[in-house]
Amino acid sequence: MTDTKKPLLNDTFIVIIFAAAILAMPIWLDPIGGNYPDLLQKFAIYGIFAIGFNILFGLTGYLSFGHAAFLGVGSYAAVWSFKLLTMNVIPAVIFGVLFAGILAAVIGFLSLRRSGIYFSILTLAFAQMSYNLAYSVLTPITNGETGLQLARSDPRILDHLFSDSQASAGLPSTDLFGETMSGYPGFYFCAVLLIICFYISMRIFRSPFGLMLKGIKSNQNRMKYTGLNTRPYMLTAFIISGMYAGLAGSLLAVTDPLAGAERMQWTASGEVVLMTILGGAGTLVGPMLGAGLIKYFENIFSAFDDNVLAQAFSFLPDSVVEFVVPVVGLFVGSGWHLTLGLLFMVIVIFLPGGLVEGFRRVVNYFRSGGNAKQQSVEAQNQAGE
Amino acid sequence: MGDLVLHLDNINKSFGGLSALSDVNLHVEEGTTHAIIGPNGAGKSTLLNVCIGRLKPDTGKVTFAGEVLTGRQPHEIAQLGVARVFQTPEIFQEMTLLENVMIPALSHRDGAFRLNATELLSKQGEVREEAEHILEDVGLKDMMMVEAASLSRGDKRRLELGMCLILRPRLLLLDEPTAGMARHDTNQTIELLKKIKSRGMTKVIIEHDMHVVFSLADKVSVLARGQIIAGGDPQSVREDPKVKEAYLGGTT
Ligand SMILES: Nc1ncnc2c1ncn2[C@@H]1O[C@H](COP(=O)(O)OP(=O)(O)OP(=O)(O)O)[C@@H](O)[C@H]1O
Ligand SMILES: [Mg+2]
Repeated sequence: MTDTKKPLLNDTFIVIIFAAAILAMPIWLDPIGGNYPDLLQKFAIYGIFAIGFNILFGLTGYLSFGHAAFLGVGSYAAVWSFKLLTMNVIPAVIFGVLFAGILAAVIGFLSLRRSGIYFSILTLAFAQMSYNLAYSVLTPITNGETGLQLARSDPRILDHLFSDSQASAGLPSTDLFGETMSGYPGFYFCAVLLIICFYISMRIFRSPFGLMLKGIKSNQNRMKYTGLNTRPYMLTAFIISGMYAGLAGSLLAVTDPLAGAERMQWTASGEVVLMTILGGAGTLVGPMLGAGLIKYFENIFSAFDDNVLAQAFSFLPDSVVEFVVPVVGLFVGSGWHLTLGLLFMVIVIFLPGGLVEGFRRVVNYFRSGGNAKQQSVEAQNQAGE
Repeated sequence: MGDLVLHLDNINKSFGGLSALSDVNLHVEEGTTHAIIGPNGAGKSTLLNVCIGRLKPDTGKVTFAGEVLTGRQPHEIAQLGVARVFQTPEIFQEMTLLENVMIPALSHRDGAFRLNATELLSKQGEVREEAEHILEDVGLKDMMMVEAASLSRGDKRRLELGMCLILRPRLLLLDEPTAGMARHDTNQTIELLKKIKSRGMTKVIIEHDMHVVFSLADKVSVLARGQIIAGGDPQSVREDPKVKEAYLGGTT
């Protein structure tokens, strides 16, 4: 909000660049081996998850350790929609968002009675409760340990109403009005939703509502003595963020129509925290970057084995290779967590603002001849550019 | 002279064994400036905390303009038109000065809660103008894009005063608003407070600086060890031997 006109133009520009970058992912991820639909879908889906998480954590500073619960509910709701209504993904996505929103309203209402570490613990407790419910108590709804899956005998009322051709012998696949949601179409469906989600999150960041959330993060007391009721602001942010997670969960079910309780486990909640902090909490694109990076590590780095390494180091003398490969091997393959952990430590210690702050520093370094003060002020306002 | 608007009746407050306020009665006339003076630890800030809902009194009640404040939420009290400048500035440190005053401006316009997530901040021209205007009043307009954390102590106080004034409060509570300011800035603040006095705002001001007290106050109450030991117009309080003994220590 530097000027009355200028930022709006800038914002349109940001969305266009973002959209172009996302839609072109199959092209520019090709050289680094990231170009296959399964992975691209994961980038988009976890991008949505992290962007939504950032609306809560980045703006208000309230750190939820239980967002996986909403991811899981989104998946269950979507699979039930496939089972009961139709294989069309639109109702599935709507129900996923809706049920996650309802659960977020309940958990948020209770958890937001506390702040700081107590809030985090409460959300964690509720998410673990949800996990246990899904795993055992609610087995009729969640199919417990096995997970909820499609079956040929599912009613699918709407599908049967509008078409009586039950041609295919196997399980039906998810579709968007006839277009099957696997492979690239599935990715583009997720990508379009990601772009919409990014735009909504940007509008929230730029709105009076977003400013209030930043105010809560900065000084909740001042907010109260200014006449603002912080509870409904917080709860709204919590619900929005839960709905983003629900959307991500339902998209996981769209690309692979099954839902299991492990999706609600605390590791999944922790992952989205890592993504957001890694990319830059409170920035617009940071969470997307973090999500991309972690999913890339998880899928590409973990696939490297000693053979690949031996090839990569083949220019070295044999005796050196024999020494280097086992050492480097610790950090790839199943050891990718180690690399991720180190990276996370480096970023938190040296770049508390995440990757986005890193880019900003590089840019400022190259422009540092000019009006330094003006630049830093601009950088503040254009967080996440 | 106007009617009495602010009533504090039989306020008692103790922390553990320590009695911070004992049986305090205070009545303030509408549109006047009422100063509260007293030595350190007398209970002055505690008295304001009771008014704005930060603390609940053990007994007694606070009434403002016919509304009972005791037992209400802080934001409800603020929405009734009560604003406060704190002893240690409560501002939004990581935000620009403009954002610092935009938040109360929006609170004044939209009330305690409004889901204004679809509007753009950059389109709130009127609110922004008002915010810039207030920053000009408190002499901080040049720095409106600067982060509040980088301000001096005195400037933070002026910013907080601006944040309160933009709420157009009917009752303004000031806890040592000039502490940490240079003489020149103190005089500027006195001028500003005099100016808003003419707009009919009621003010309660806690101040150690006697120059400020005697330039602004219509009435003075003296608080010592949680009790009001003297009150009246500034001149008579200055000459009260009890006050000299408890607080002024013979110097004026
Ligand atoms: N929240 C609290 N818990 C415990 N004791 C408190 C609390 N707030 C104030 N006190 C005590 O109550 C007494 C009055 O404090 P108060 O801050 O009201 O004094 P004051 O008149 O504002 O002093 P100063 O001029 O130093 O600001 C002090 O002894 C203080 O230690
Ligand atoms: Mg005090």
